[in-house]
Amino acid sequence: MSSHSSLIESSATAQLELLMRGDLFSVELTQAYLDSIASRDANVGAFLRVEKDRALAQAASVDKRRQSNKPLGKLAGLPVAVKDVLCDQDTITTCASRMLENFRAPYDSTVVAKLKAADAILIGRTNMDEFAMGGSTENSAFQITRNPWDLERAPGGSSGGAAACVAADMAPLSIGTDTGGSIRQPAGLCGVVGLKPTYGRVSRFGLVAFASSLDQVGPLARTSQDAALLLETIAGHDLRDATSLDRPVPAYSQSVAEPLAGVRIGLVREHFAEGLDSEVASAVRDAVAVYESLGATVKEISLPHSKHAVATYYVIAPCEASSNLARYDGVHYGHRTDEAEMLEELAAERKALEAAKDEVGLSRLDSSLVRMYRKSRSEGFGAEVKRRIMLGTYALSAGYYDAYYLKALKVRRLIRQDFDEAFREVDLIAGPVTAQTAFKIGEMVDDPLSMYLVDLYTVSANLAGIPGISLPCGFDKSGLPIGLQLLAPPLEEERLLRGAHMYEQATDWHQRRPEI
Amino acid sequence: MSQLYTTVIGLEVHVQLATKSKLFCRCSTQFGAEPNTQTCSVCLGLPGSLPVMNRTAFDLSLKTAVALNCVIPKFTKWDRKQYYYPDLPKAYQISQYDLPMSSAGWLEISDEKGSFEPKRVRITRAHLEEDAGKSIHDEAAGKADSEIDLNRTGTPLLEIVSEPDLSSSAEAKAYLQELKLLLTHIGVSDCNMQEGSLRVDANINLHIDTPEGKIATPIVEIKNMNSFRAVERALDYEAPRQFRVWQETGQKIGEAPKQTRGWDDSAGVTRGQRSKEESSDYRYFPDPDLVPVLVTDDQVAEARKSLGELPADLRNRFVQEYGLSAYDASVIVNQGQGVTNYFEQVARESGDAKSACKWVTQDILRLLKDGEQEINAIGVSAANLAGMISAVNDGKLPKPRAKEAFELMLSTGSTAQQAIQELGIEQVDESALVELCRELLDKNPRVVADVQSGKVQAIGALIGQAKKLNPNVDPGRFREICLELAMESSSSE
Ligand SMILES: [Zn+2]
Repeated sequence: MSSHSSLIESSATAQLELLMRGDLFSVELTQAYLDSIASRDANVGAFLRVEKDRALAQAASVDKRRQSNKPLGKLAGLPVAVKDVLCDQDTITTCASRMLENFRAPYDSTVVAKLKAADAILIGRTNMDEFAMGGSTENSAFQITRNPWDLERAPGGSSGGAAACVAADMAPLSIGTDTGGSIRQPAGLCGVVGLKPTYGRVSRFGLVAFASSLDQVGPLARTSQDAALLLETIAGHDLRDATSLDRPVPAYSQSVAEPLAGVRIGLVREHFAEGLDSEVASAVRDAVAVYESLGATVKEISLPHSKHAVATYYVIAPCEASSNLARYDGVHYGHRTDEAEMLEELAAERKALEAAKDEVGLSRLDSSLVRMYRKSRSEGFGAEVKRRIMLGTYALSAGYYDAYYLKALKVRRLIRQDFDEAFREVDLIAGPVTAQTAFKIGEMVDDPLSMYLVDLYTVSANLAGIPGISLPCGFDKSGLPIGLQLLAPPLEEERLLRGAHMYEQATDWHQRRPEI
Repeated sequence: MSQLYTTVIGLEVHVQLATKSKLFCRCSTQFGAEPNTQTCSVCLGLPGSLPVMNRTAFDLSLKTAVALNCVIPKFTKWDRKQYYYPDLPKAYQISQYDLPMSSAGWLEISDEKGSFEPKRVRITRAHLEEDAGKSIHDEAAGKADSEIDLNRTGTPLLEIVSEPDLSSSAEAKAYLQELKLLLTHIGVSDCNMQEGSLRVDANINLHIDTPEGKIATPIVEIKNMNSFRAVERALDYEAPRQFRVWQETGQKIGEAPKQTRGWDDSAGVTRGQRSKEESSDYRYFPDPDLVPVLVTDDQVAEARKSLGELPADLRNRFVQEYGLSAYDASVIVNQGQGVTNYFEQVARESGDAKSACKWVTQDILRLLKDGEQEINAIGVSAANLAGMISAVNDGKLPKPRAKEAFELMLSTGSTAQQAIQELGIEQVDESALVELCRELLDKNPRVVADVQSGKVQAIGALIGQAKKLNPNVDPGRFREICLELAMESSSSE
């Protein structure tokens, strides 16, 4: 058991080396993680489904091919957990929603296809907020995920399962998605590394859309070296995604260990305002001091429009979501209401209206088609998803479009311009990932507005389309992880990873483990 | 139509572009396949699927827009038009809203019979969009089950919207015919109305002169017109109906909402359609899954170059180059590229455009109409018809027997040469002809006497006899020789 725990506590990069040298079988490694899941996930709840049989079969196949010196993919034998929002051919993809509880995609998402081609072991599907809407994973229709550092607390979200499974050593690598902070925020709250790539860096094909212009798929891992390995596997141009960028993918895992000499770091004046927890603030300032000790120069910069970022995000994201989720209407696939019951209900309503001679009521009575839509959607979606669909539908309605959507697009452009300006003077922007460390489960369920503010420091990167990384930079008095966020100009993931790696070399926060 | 009012008509035409695959996926657009066999995750709108623009569809729409003299902006984008319907699996249609790929064009129409003055009909805009699926409602036996075929979902459509520049059903029909001619000519669509490749909606209202000045009636949109003839009939029905309604209600534009009426072809009337329960707020917004399309000057120039000669150019050239009347040039060109090419080949190879025109506009067009045949399926190829005209002009085929030869060529597919042989037509040797004349004149001294006394027409009696003896006798030449011989015998006496 102790060899087991040292094995699963080692980095994915180290595991891969053992696998490649033939000193470790993938079946052994996969089984170690399956054992870890078996013993821990009852408490954590990171996985919606563990693909035990498939994972072991895949692992056996990799081992066999390795023994006969057959060519293998670059992640051959390494387990990877996938957020339940990326289609995996013929298996279920639920998006943690009743609506898609039984949905089997007839195709692989590009990211899953790339993982399969890399011979990664797809160990299981992780929990999330329904359709990736939320920051606590409490909006899952199926289960709560707990923060491995304190089981009373939330892991963040929406990629809560993705972060928690890495933090609790139930997978060495995992795939998350980030629309407003959904990789970086849970990574920060769970004390792991999470990277949101440049918009277009990773294909969205087969990623069930939340907000198409903001969604990006990215890696979660224990170290920046591991994140580099996973990112270079999933990144790249894809003809099936018109918004994917046709730019070469650097060998991130090769360059990650090169320190950034004389890196210029920007600290955002607006980030250190009221609302930021003092322990978080001082951990971030300490992290910046570490960079200074490594030769970095630090400069205060301003992102004047960042104060509008959350408001802008909560117009654009719901607008796109309201449209993207309109297809779940119970007609072609997904949840459909019980039709016999629905028709009975309608007939009863009609009868009552007729008895009351209520002509107006009768004329307003739903057709069976409209009632089928209404009931299917109202049963299939959870409260947060409905809230955002309504927000978006409202904001796109005639008469409101200009005031909300169009205005938000303009502010979005200004936010991007702020970054363009800032990156003329600095190479990286450093700051907190969240204002607070992990919050208690249930604490904010009835307060959606303060839940939306959890995205305060992360949404700007999505609006601007720039890459960002979250890495552990300390712990608060209660022993909860604190995250440091680094942001870089478009397509500078390499700079982010090298910057993160150089900090990891000087600190040991990333080596700490929760006790479960 | 009296002078009580003028009719104002604008047409919205949806044309299916002739691409092999759909607008945003690679599914086939072939018509008539088994329901739901030409679909994929993209056109089914499955979770995670993403649209990718079909460049060919865009190029065809660019070609069309250039042919319609449109302004082509350098930047165009895609928008989502959102509404719920079972045959729209994404619950939005990808279309173009405020920045269409073309606008402000025109199409010139005229009528060879002169029923209206030639005019330029302004085109408001032409934009690309994807088609929805097909709902099949089966309301038989009380069970109102509906079926949906998504083969058509995602097929590229070009919506061409005209300004309300048309003032009669004849003009509307001419506009549609000219549009169809143009689009089929440049090969962007087959414009087959039966298969839904061309669909027409009409907006119509009246401008009425009243003692208080000119007023406009509320606009009505007419749908369900499945042929150009139906469009013509629907408009002819609708204009006087609107006038009657105005006489009854006095309702002016703005005083009643825009109404949608469906054309009932068998009853020959338009009927009000139930307006949609909720007012149509489509909540258009830019599709974030697609990138805007940038159009360069080079691409527009390329599209223009690819057009070649358009129908209007052809009509002009036929008048200039072949000396056809404007009427004949129109009759030929309006038949489409097949007939136009056929005519040109006959004219060139025979070197006799006038005869080519006569044969094509009379005999060939009659054949096309009779059997609703394709020009290529006609037994007489252009080369053979040209050969026949040449044979007549060279005297190898007597003009009066040309029709006979044509019919034979038509049924057997033979050349003029073969037909001439088959019919036993051969040129009668000059000396044999003189011999025949002598013989007949000798037998008919009265005819000779009549001719000599100036009654030249008496020869006519001999022509019939000559034809009986030898059907190949050229009556004209026979007559000439007889006259000569008759006069000779008189002077020699
Ligand atoms: Zn398709």
